[in-house]
Amino acid sequence: MSDLNTAMAAKYRANFLKEVEAVVEEGETVKMCMQCGVCAGSCPLGKHWAHPPQEIFMMIRAGKRDEVLKSDSMWMCTSCYNCIVRCPRGVQITHVMHGLAYYAKRLGVVPEGQPTQQVSQLFWDNLMKGGRVNELKLGLSIYFKDGFGDGIKNAMANQKLGMNMMKAGRMSPMEFLSGHTIKDNAGFQKIIKKAQEIEDAKFDGAAK
Amino acid sequence: MTEVVATNQTILVVGGGISGMTAALEAAETGKQVVLVEKRPFVGGRVTQLYKYFPKLCFPTCGLEINQRRAKMNPNLTILTMAEVTNLEGEAGNYTATVKISPRYVNENCTGCGDCEKAVEAEFDNEFNYGLAGLSKRKGAYLPHKMAHPMRYVIDPAIIGTADADKAKEACKVGAVDLDMQEEEIKFNAGAVIWATGWQPYDANKIQPYGYDRFANVITNVEFERMADPQGPTAGKIVRPSDGKEAKNVAFIQCAGSRDQNHLLHCSRICCMATLKQTHFVQEAYGDEGKSTIYYIDIRAIDRFEEFYMKVKENPNVTFTKSKVASIVENRENQSPILHGVDTEGYNRYANEHDLVVLAVGMEPSVDKGSFPVDIVVNEEGFIEPAPENGGVFAAGCSSDALDVNRAAQQATGAALRAVQVVNRVAGMEG
Repeated sequence: MSDLNTAMAAKYRANFLKEVEAVVEEGETVKMCMQCGVCAGSCPLGKHWAHPPQEIFMMIRAGKRDEVLKSDSMWMCTSCYNCIVRCPRGVQITHVMHGLAYYAKRLGVVPEGQPTQQVSQLFWDNLMKGGRVNELKLGLSIYFKDGFGDGIKNAMANQKLGMNMMKAGRMSPMEFLSGHTIKDNAGFQKIIKKAQEIEDAKFDGAAK
Repeated sequence: MTEVVATNQTILVVGGGISGMTAALEAAETGKQVVLVEKRPFVGGRVTQLYKYFPKLCFPTCGLEINQRRAKMNPNLTILTMAEVTNLEGEAGNYTATVKISPRYVNENCTGCGDCEKAVEAEFDNEFNYGLAGLSKRKGAYLPHKMAHPMRYVIDPAIIGTADADKAKEACKVGAVDLDMQEEEIKFNAGAVIWATGWQPYDANKIQPYGYDRFANVITNVEFERMADPQGPTAGKIVRPSDGKEAKNVAFIQCAGSRDQNHLLHCSRICCMATLKQTHFVQEAYGDEGKSTIYYIDIRAIDRFEEFYMKVKENPNVTFTKSKVASIVENRENQSPILHGVDTEGYNRYANEHDLVVLAVGMEPSVDKGSFPVDIVVNEEGFIEPAPENGGVFAAGCSSDALDVNRAAQQATGAALRAVQVVNRVAGMEG
């Protein structure tokens, strides 16, 4: 458990709803849920979730902090926004899902091996190196994320796609060696560092 | 030319449904002059299109008959049908109303014998049956329903100028058919106005995922009411519009358009009880073979109707599923609707096939917010507020809120009292 997680859990004790309202994006809309379930029924990935959105909202209100934060539900959201469009009470479901995912990640409680989270992290790390995504390296890092054997299998399976992309000039093999960055990478790194500080300060404040 | 004798002590009632009729009769029976203006060719409004009332499962015809008799016996009451108030000017104690009267092409000589109907050949969808109009036809000369008041035929303007119209005229033995009738506009005075324009069912086409516009076997609760009525389009048989086969496994979807930011914000209040009542129709028709499933968010059987709800709950042929249905698709092989969603008691994902789906659509005010011919304060949902700014205009019944018949009649009586107070003040001033 991270220090932040311990601090937040101690601060809000049994009132997980208040915690969500305070720190999760659009968390204050959670209490509007009337358990009609139209979000769950409208979700194209619904059957792959451990808990449908209305259950997550009920769990939040019931103070099931661990179960919610360790759930894979919010990591399954593809941001199609069907639920927000259909919700009769204006609950910002998509945003809450992303907010929960981000918060769980921030607290360091996401189950290891949760694939969406892994891919997001790989994407972020890749982007942060040069200020733009190196598609070749990102692709390879995703293929090889579960080990060398799986990586080779994945690469073989997508060989044709990769070759076609190279032929069409959509991807360059040279990117493997260096990869080009944005013009002022140092400036970009500063911006990100500052943003990170602001975000950190927000959570430090919230935990007090 | 229609003559209306009215002064600034007259009460104008706009709308002749159960609320408007109640208000008009209550006011007229206190001795006031009342003019009732009704858009349709008959009074009684949507109540005439109901099969049975809740909670007693009695017939609306009973109360209607009493009201119609009161109307016939009261010399203080003037009823204008096929008439609409197009403008209202003035203030409490002194209004001038402009009323447009559409031609009925049948005068007061009509005895209701039906000879014109027999003579005419042209047929039209019967609007009395809502969206099931296509299942039953009416003639170009018709009586809107068996107990219509006034008991007078109507000639559809579409047959005017055709041979059918002449046939109707020839067939009439009492000289009641007048094909030269024209639309007219009249103006008259009123001291107070009771606004009772009522409600309309929410347009189910707007609830796109339920496919009301695409699937034959998805109907609304008002249509189901017509279907259950022996005088209705299926002669009281509960069947599937797609193939006429018996509908023994019926799904009811609650809050279809109500309590929803994307549709009506308010709870329409009557739909839970209407559905609970309609499960009785399924039961009556098919006994233990008749199964009803109610998909709901929560059941709002307002106050003393809780007992009615409990009784339906005890019925093993009625299932309650706590879930707002997410979408309906059609089984292409048999046109049966398949309901998709996730229930809230266990979070189970379902795909349930039913013979027929009834959407419990809500009530919205029949006059659009921006279309009132008079300055009036309406709330966010379009219902009239009891605001002092409304002067001598008082809302009665469903123009003020979503109400059941009982409450609408009570509310209308209150509105009548308000109007009587205004014209009494006028009388006092004029000594």
